[in-house]
Amino acid sequence: MPKLPVPPLPKVLMPKPARPGTGNGKPKPAEVAAEAGITVVDWIDERTSLSGGIRWMLFRKVPRGVNWAYTLGSATMFAFLSQAVTGVFLAMYYRPDASGGAYESIRYITDQAFLGQFVRGMHKWGSSVMVILIFLHMARTFFFGAYKYPRELTWIIGVVLLILTMMMALTGYLLPFDGRGYWATIVAVNIQGNPPFLGPYIADFFRGGPEFGATTLSRFYSIHMLLIPGLIAALIGLHLYLVAKLGITAPPWMKAEPVPVPDETEV
Amino acid sequence: VADKHKQVKSKYTADRNIPGAFEGETVTRRQLMNVSVNGAGAIAAAAFTLPALGFALGPLFSREPFQWQPIGAPSDFTKDTYVPRVVTIVPGLGEVGKSTAYVRVRDPTIDVEPADKYNQFIAISTRCMHLGCPVRFTPAAGRFICPCHGGVYDLRGVNTGGPPVRPLDRFYTRLNPTTQQVEIGPRYSVNSELRRFSARDPGQPLDGIGQYLYPKRFSTSVLPKD
Repeated sequence: MPKLPVPPLPKVLMPKPARPGTGNGKPKPAEVAAEAGITVVDWIDERTSLSGGIRWMLFRKVPRGVNWAYTLGSATMFAFLSQAVTGVFLAMYYRPDASGGAYESIRYITDQAFLGQFVRGMHKWGSSVMVILIFLHMARTFFFGAYKYPRELTWIIGVVLLILTMMMALTGYLLPFDGRGYWATIVAVNIQGNPPFLGPYIADFFRGGPEFGATTLSRFYSIHMLLIPGLIAALIGLHLYLVAKLGITAPPWMKAEPVPVPDETEV
Repeated sequence: VADKHKQVKSKYTADRNIPGAFEGETVTRRQLMNVSVNGAGAIAAAAFTLPALGFALGPLFSREPFQWQPIGAPSDFTKDTYVPRVVTIVPGLGEVGKSTAYVRVRDPTIDVEPADKYNQFIAISTRCMHLGCPVRFTPAAGRFICPCHGGVYDLRGVNTGGPPVRPLDRFYTRLNPTTQQVEIGPRYSVNSELRRFSARDPGQPLDGIGQYLYPKRFSTSVLPKD
């Protein structure tokens, strides 16, 4: 790119070049304060070289024609982050006590705790939002053909993330420990018992025994707030790495740029 | 056919010109370090993974005790209709650990399965054999009906309509000779001929190949031998 001409400036606004041999002297405190942010970032970057990775991740080339449908994946991730944050704070009040304490703690959150109804509502409705967004994201990927070579592994990880999201919705459904969550879980665990040979033992694993008992709720709680979120976070990281590594696809209606014909005479 | 290009390598490190080789040494120091470091890492990982896994899977192998609980005097029950009784399935859990059993006296004219001391009183579990919803006995129809997906069972608890795959589970019952109380034990499952099986989960058929596809578990209580 040719260098653009400097706009005509009055002489007073032109920065004065330093006189030979004088230097700029020591920076004044105001200048140090103004550059404090840059100094901190530089200090970290000199030791970690993170800026290269961040630039690689964020300042990618994207194909012409990308549109709002391409934001569904990020939207799903932000729904997950919202679930994670609200979930962490709900866990400060929730008690996984099957003999009545669980329902009472949910009632306390909803009726008494400051902003409790709001945070619980975020978590409850946010779970539906996340499931809807992940399906829309999957549909976008499918209809745009974005699952094809070389992005098959990204698709496979996405399917695992879909299954984990559904398991989050299922295990979270029991936690308020109301009648609906209880019977829905009875039915869901009995469905888990249906695969031949292994089914009876899978159902026993989820219940922590042959009958729905006190350990069932704490098991579901542990799976819901520790096991699956960890897996989801790790797989989102892998998914995003592949997205950045492989680049994103153009919409199917975009015509490919004509490949420049190599000049035979130069070879 | 031997590959003539293949060079036979000596097993001694000294012959392979590895620096610092000892006389008669066959394992290089790199190999030794690889095996010992990876082995130590694997042992350390197994030392916390295996106990944690066993801890999570433990309930699969811990048998529930076989316990009897009194549900009333023999005169409380008749041949003609079912009397509902609340039974404790899991102790110490309050409402959640309780379930309903429908109890009547055995009637040899309709109960054609072989009699023994555990079925003089017929106690039907209310857990639907489709997906585990609670069924209700409807006296006017003489049937058990499930509200969830329309499963229907006849007076003996045999599935006659809808999605259930086997008759309703039953409970062991006995007449305690010392207290003269009817007592109820754990659940057991039955196939369409009302043959007894150890308790299975709903949705698992027990006729034909079903009894092999859904094997018995290590966690259900077992009738003590006497």
